Amino acid sequence: MDFSTFLQLLIGATADGILLGGFYAAVSVGVAISFGMLDIVNIAHPAFIILGAYAAFLANRQLGLDPIAAAFVMLPVFFALGAAVYQTYYLVFERRGDEALRGLAFFFGLLFVIEVSLILMFGVDYRFVNADYVNIVRDYGPIHLPLRTVVPFGVSVALVTALQLFLSRTFTGRAIMAVSQDRLALQLMSVDPRRIKRIAFGISIATAAFAGAFLIIIQPVQPSMGRDYIGRIFAICVLGGLGSFPGMVAAAILLGVVESITSTFAGPSWSPAVSFGVLLLTLALRPSGIMGR
Amino acid sequence: MRQRTFWLVAAIAAIVVFASFRLLLVPYWFQPGYKVLQFIVLATAWNILGGYTGYVNFGTAAFFALGAYTTIALNKIVPLPLPILMLLGGAVSGIVGFGTGYLTLRLRGAFFSIATLALAVVAQTLITNWEFVGGSRGAYAIRPAHYPIFDVYLHALFLDYVQYLFFIMLVLAVIAIGVARSVERSRLGYGFAAIRDDEQAAEAAGVPTLRLKLLATTVSGALMGMAGAPLPYYLTYLEPASGFDLAYAVNSIAAPLIGGLTTWSGPFIGAILLTFLQEAATVSFSSAYGVLIVGLLLMAFVVIAPNGLIGLAKRLGLDEALAAIQWPPQVFRSRR
Amino acid sequence: MTGQALLDVTDLGKHFGGFTALEGVTFAVRPGERVGLIGPNGSGKSTLVNCLCGTLRNETGSVRFDGQAVDGLPAHQRTRLGMARSFQLPKPFGSLTLAENVRIPLLYTVNARRGPRLSPVEIGQRCTELLQLVGLAARERQRPRDLTQVEMRKLELARAMAAEPKLLIADEAMAGLSHSEVDDILALLTTLNGRGVTVIMIEHIMRAVMSFSERLVVLVAGRKIADGLPQEVTRNPDVVKAYIGE
Repeated sequence: MDFSTFLQLLIGATADGILLGGFYAAVSVGVAISFGMLDIVNIAHPAFIILGAYAAFLANRQLGLDPIAAAFVMLPVFFALGAAVYQTYYLVFERRGDEALRGLAFFFGLLFVIEVSLILMFGVDYRFVNADYVNIVRDYGPIHLPLRTVVPFGVSVALVTALQLFLSRTFTGRAIMAVSQDRLALQLMSVDPRRIKRIAFGISIATAAFAGAFLIIIQPVQPSMGRDYIGRIFAICVLGGLGSFPGMVAAAILLGVVESITSTFAGPSWSPAVSFGVLLLTLALRPSGIMGR
Repeated sequence: MRQRTFWLVAAIAAIVVFASFRLLLVPYWFQPGYKVLQFIVLATAWNILGGYTGYVNFGTAAFFALGAYTTIALNKIVPLPLPILMLLGGAVSGIVGFGTGYLTLRLRGAFFSIATLALAVVAQTLITNWEFVGGSRGAYAIRPAHYPIFDVYLHALFLDYVQYLFFIMLVLAVIAIGVARSVERSRLGYGFAAIRDDEQAAEAAGVPTLRLKLLATTVSGALMGMAGAPLPYYLTYLEPASGFDLAYAVNSIAAPLIGGLTTWSGPFIGAILLTFLQEAATVSFSSAYGVLIVGLLLMAFVVIAPNGLIGLAKRLGLDEALAAIQWPPQVFRSRR
Repeated sequence: MTGQALLDVTDLGKHFGGFTALEGVTFAVRPGERVGLIGPNGSGKSTLVNCLCGTLRNETGSVRFDGQAVDGLPAHQRTRLGMARSFQLPKPFGSLTLAENVRIPLLYTVNARRGPRLSPVEIGQRCTELLQLVGLAARERQRPRDLTQVEMRKLELARAMAAEPKLLIADEAMAGLSHSEVDDILALLTTLNGRGVTVIMIEHIMRAVMSFSERLVVLVAGRKIADGLPQEVTRNPDVVKAYIGE
């Protein structure tokens, strides 16, 4: 391969990777909240994302809704779902102080139950959506910009920015950031930590509705895909440093670029190993991440 | 019951089981029987690190499949008798377990668990891209026509190769259960329990927590690798998707959680129970329903009965009732 | 301080990110001494204990115990050398009985040291003796969740004692207890000291600290501001200033 081709491929892969990274940020922001701030290891988060993808699929097929519009519609449902899951988690585990082993097993079971339920309802075939922009592509030299990745990238950036503003500017948002650091202070301010955590977890799952919509815009979806994302999500959150949004976004983009370049030059079958390999390396060498506390 | 007696009782029970299968049942039953035994080994192995020490391993599939792929890889180089293959498979998985532990056991338990998930996917990706063992297309494993020793006698004992596999897995199950029980009642078992209950306090009490955790991870991984080594012969054809099936992870976690985490009998009962349930569900509806039921049971037991069936039995006083009638003597006895 | 110090802390420092929890802490403890460590909330007392025992790593300074540098040693090795601690919030082994709780240090500290090992029979006896010392022997087959607060504190101390320490650090063992319960713990610690165990008592309950300690060390905002006889230290103007409002 000559240098010019190499460079073109590299630039193209990097552009792809940045777009992919934006999507990965939306995928991970929920866990940045539930794990980074609430210290709840929700490994079932990817299953909620797939759930969101199928919700968008149904809305698209039955109502002709654009997937992202469908995500807005599903927001309250997913929020309520998240609140319910947290309430169960709190009653069963947090109160008893049993979080470690049983909490993990609980979410692992949840991951499976959601995945298998989807298989039973929809089968294992790939599903996709019909939206106007799904097939439009713009090319700028070696940079290949299909709208089906550009649109999710844009909305994802907006989503993460909005969440960051919410967390730093509103009272509830700041209460959420506070609860991860000092429960006692929060109680002294007569704010119920449980309620705050419930809201936070609800938001966490609500982001999965969006991430799911993005996913099904980007590519066809089938129920078992969630598992590939577990490693990506936690790699991004750990690499970015728990509790830091800017760090998480940086890590998401970094991972997207590395995956994309690996896929271009070594082949797509190596992609899953990239994120999980990054995760293992980060855990082994620098568990506090790029910008960790 | 002393440990030596237990080994004897277990060995006799195993011989009785094999004889019953061989003399009373049609040969078909050795197939599902193998699966149950495999499941018992995996659940017992998982529980040494999970239930006893408190560290959740989501990567059962990785350790299991590495054992299987060790067999396939070695088969391409030099034919070896199955018991040797099992030892080597166990060694490979044990080393990988040690390595994973070394990298991540200094961190919180949650990070270890996530790392084991990562390990499963990395291992699968590496194997899928390794042409020597067949890559994504898979590889064939031809069952040997002759046994390494006592060929004539063994051919009389085992009508076909599956019966031999069943017997091997029966031996491994006895070993796994024996190891688990002897750990449980030893100084090591106390150390594991202390780590599980409160790692910081254990460390302050003099327990070398890192060393013990590494030991648990290595032993657990090695047993899983040994269970995986015969798999290619059982299936005759192995591809990464079936070797690394995430269902192995769910089942090896669900069985101890449902059966009981603190003792060897929990995974044993859980494995048998879940196998029956899954088979029933698969036959009546589909295998997907089987996995769904296991997942739902897992969640239900985690929420309602965290000490599993054994724990429920204790709470209902069943252990005292059974002790009163002196049978079985030590199954339900709590640790000292 | 002569070379006889059992515990020798020199210039200890610990940071958490940008926050300095401890700085330049220097003091020594002689064998058999009864030292009280006091200071307002947040002054770094628990951080100091954690650094001494190995739960946390200090960034600067050094700790010598019984003539040996212990910097970098994990907590379980320091316990084996003879340093024991009780936790501020009791951390019992919940799935084990009281007797088994006390057994762990016997198995892993006493039997891990050089010299004769305890036989299983001796271990069983020792468990009962230790529980008798704290008045819990009758309940040795029960689980920690059945205990009251003060009983849990006693179990904490029994477990620390099981490790046959040369130095016992009691981290707020009396917090939240009633007057007579405080006396109970105080009597226990005095008995232990009588048997030759050096004790560092970290407490807020002034009457206990004053009556127990031969020497008082005061920590404020991560620094040692006073070190001497209890009567003198409590008259020290810096100490008084630190405590106004307490």
